[in-house]
Amino acid sequence: MTTLTAQTTQVYSVFIRATPEQVWDAITKPEFTQQYFYGAQIEVRDDRRFCVVGGAEWDEEVFEADPPRKLVHGWTAGYDPDLAAEAESRVTWEIEPQDGGITRLTVVHDQLEGAPKTAESVAGGWMYVLSGLKTLLEVGRPMAD
Amino acid sequence: MDDDQVFKALADPTRRHLLDRLFERDGRTLTELESELEMSRFGVMKHLRVLADAGLVVTRREGREKLHFLNPVPIRLIHDRWIDKYTERRVAALADLKHELEDSA
Repeated sequence: MTTLTAQTTQVYSVFIRATPEQVWDAITKPEFTQQYFYGAQIEVRDDRRFCVVGGAEWDEEVFEADPPRKLVHGWTAGYDPDLAAEAESRVTWEIEPQDGGITRLTVVHDQLEGAPKTAESVAGGWMYVLSGLKTLLEVGRPMAD
Repeated sequence: MDDDQVFKALADPTRRHLLDRLFERDGRTLTELESELEMSRFGVMKHLRVLADAGLVVTRREGREKLHFLNPVPIRLIHDRWIDKYTERRVAALADLKHELEDSA
């Protein structure tokens, strides 16, 4: 059995039956994020990405916001002091409309060279977040846990 | 993205091998992947295309290179839909059996 050495660039992609605008709202507004992002209330405004979860509160820089197509921000893992101590990495959300009312959402988490523990920890997390986001938008309620 | 395409993509040993290679080290070029397989460049390209169509591989340009990344999300979705469902039931059946045996003891 080969073990995964955490990758410094990670790519996750999912097709969602929703509009790009719906996907954009779902990743930038707390009333949506708290339903699939490990309960985190995340809000993108004023070039910052504000996160609140389980008593932890922090915010990250937004490098690029082009609604409803692209969002690029820093990632500092404020939910875990061990991970938060590592270097900042970067997350890019790309939202591309497809034929037939489908939207492709791709998350690229890169610049993880200075954050090996974060790289290890987010690998499974992104899968959970994206499948939860897909369920929320398609079914209209959070994924059963 | 429908499950059929994912199952079809996974039903081939060369394609599963390619996914394993990407699992070990992600973000590889066609040339790198090709060097590990006894297959023509065209053959590897064809397999990568099937994996990309199924959403299992995502390509990104970095400078002049086209890099291939493993996208595990479709496998996770299949897991949620096709594996969780049946294993949960088995676990539940065992739990029921345990209760029954303990109650009758």
